[in-house]
Amino acid sequence: MDLFFFLLFAIFAIVCAVNVVLQTHPISSALSLVGVMGSLAILYLLLGAEFIAMAQIIVYAGAIMVLFIFVIMLLNAGGESKRGLSVTSSILGAPLLVAFLGLIAYFVQRAFPNAPAVKFGNFTGGSAESVGRALFTRYLLPFEVTSVLILIAIVGAVVLARKEID
Amino acid sequence: MEFIVISLIKIALVAFVLLTTLAYLQWVERKVIAHVQVRMGPSRVGPHGLLQPLADVIKLITKEGVMPPHVNKVFYLLAPFLAVFMALMSITVIPFGGEIKAFGYSTWMQLTDLNVGILFILALSSLGVYGIALAGWSSNNKYSLLGGLRSSAQMISYELPMSLAIAAPLLLAGTLSLRKIVESQAGYSFGFLPHWAIFQGPFPQVFSFFIFLIAAFAETNRIPFDLPEAENELVAGFHTEYSSMTFAAFFMAEYANMITVCSMTTILFLGGWTPLFPESLGSNFVAPLIFFVAGAIALYHGLHPARPFDRFTLPFFGLVFFAIAGLFLIPVLRQFLMPLFWYAAKTGFLLFVFIWIRATLPRFRYDQLMDFAWKFLFPAALLNLLVTSFLVAWFA
Amino acid sequence: MLSQLQGGVPLSWYLVLSAVLFTLGVAGFLFRRNIITVFMSIELMLNAVNLTFITFSYQLKEVNGHIFAFFVMVVAAAEAAVGLAIILTVFKNRGTLNIDEIDSMKN
Repeated sequence: MDLFFFLLFAIFAIVCAVNVVLQTHPISSALSLVGVMGSLAILYLLLGAEFIAMAQIIVYAGAIMVLFIFVIMLLNAGGESKRGLSVTSSILGAPLLVAFLGLIAYFVQRAFPNAPAVKFGNFTGGSAESVGRALFTRYLLPFEVTSVLILIAIVGAVVLARKEID
Repeated sequence: MEFIVISLIKIALVAFVLLTTLAYLQWVERKVIAHVQVRMGPSRVGPHGLLQPLADVIKLITKEGVMPPHVNKVFYLLAPFLAVFMALMSITVIPFGGEIKAFGYSTWMQLTDLNVGILFILALSSLGVYGIALAGWSSNNKYSLLGGLRSSAQMISYELPMSLAIAAPLLLAGTLSLRKIVESQAGYSFGFLPHWAIFQGPFPQVFSFFIFLIAAFAETNRIPFDLPEAENELVAGFHTEYSSMTFAAFFMAEYANMITVCSMTTILFLGGWTPLFPESLGSNFVAPLIFFVAGAIALYHGLHPARPFDRFTLPFFGLVFFAIAGLFLIPVLRQFLMPLFWYAAKTGFLLFVFIWIRATLPRFRYDQLMDFAWKFLFPAALLNLLVTSFLVAWFA
Repeated sequence: MLSQLQGGVPLSWYLVLSAVLFTLGVAGFLFRRNIITVFMSIELMLNAVNLTFITFSYQLKEVNGHIFAFFVMVVAAAEAAVGLAIILTVFKNRGTLNIDEIDSMKN
């Protein structure tokens, strides 16, 4: 059952990621990226990270990507025009990429031969309570610093995007 | 194996009840708004207009689905699907009652209980924005685009005070799982006051209740926050170019969101399926009493009918109500029906408040709406969370 | 091998998936000309890295990987906000989103 869900959502994630790179119109890329984030959230659930899975959907897919889609809709700039590819790159491109990825896969497999298999329910330390406990005790300083970071981002975004007052 | 069969039975039951409720919620809305405006509402199709939703469904299915030219077909068709999917998925984690035992199997009156149930519902409402934004954009129409963008901006702005208003009773309950939140609100203090989050010390969650309710109105695009889809504003906003089944999908999504949000309010603040006063004070007899009184009223009006065939239909309804009152008195069925009755009563009351406010209030202008979210509700929710966490830590 | 897989999914498969997503993100970053698509490829890379963090957190049975993934998400949010504001300003000034045409400081 774990294998079935992993393969289903991993293949969905890869298809959506390929779509992000290949689509001409930015909105299609953005929606494919939302698909990637959704399937990654389910893979996090399989790995026992329930809080991070929900945070991924609420923050990444539900806020950041909505921001992307807003900007794309407001700018309304249309799709990219297709440039011509050179003959070499169109013949060699995809097979070389697949070969490169195969090499990475082989080396990763060799580096972790005895790693524990991922079974749903083996790791229960990803609950909201354990994440919260770690955030407020051991990682308190980075937590407070990120709140300042978000404040800076808000002020920066407002300053950059407002209309000039003449 | 039995887990799968029981789950399938529960899913079929919940789906059937939910879809019927969606249809009849529209009937209730039209009748209530009509009576507020001193008129009758649907009364021709079936007795008291009860078959009106059926007529509407048939009309919407058989209507011609016009797809305008130059729309982006993929997104045009994907948008209502996304909206309905996110709206209906929220029902899977809502607890309708406690544990029930029947035929040797025991199960919970809830489709599934996630450890992070509240976050799941928040995630689904965040994803619900996509349906509206895509509908507005793909329609290739400036009114739709503006309506879609305004509606999405309104929804994401009001998500913030909503999340903060949710966080405060979670501090009192101490868990994110919806079942455990309801269980933490069981019990009675002073013998009669229920342990609901609104009444619970150290800080009764009255402010959170109102902030959540206001944010819920905005999240579901209901009056007074329905400028993006109002008909005399942007020509119906983001669903201008949608007809027949796709329009019905958005409609269904809006009502399903309303039901979800009212269910969340009852679970977080009003104690879910727990009764208002303890059984020792007779809370088991509230349900049969209400249905008995309803049946008596129906029978009385059947004797002095306002319309000719009310002479037959009203006594029939009266007998149906008496039968339901009798069902509530059977002890074996009580473990199913009592929690369901209390849950339905509270959610139904909140839905009535939604409909009541729709009939009464005018709508906000868009800049007033956004000002209200960012300059009043968000600081208020933040302050409320601060006070709650301080008091909880003090009295821990 | 199928019986071996009944024990669960091998951990290295998650790492391979993360590597594949990261490579696709790099490919999008290098080859696309629309500035928003480039930005989205960056987000894809960050997501791939998050998956690696969570996977190793599972292997070491600790919660620290989750905390790192959480901080990566927060930083990505801040970066997206400011980056999109910059893109809006660039579009207002240059009228194009093609990075080949925004290549000089001269207006």
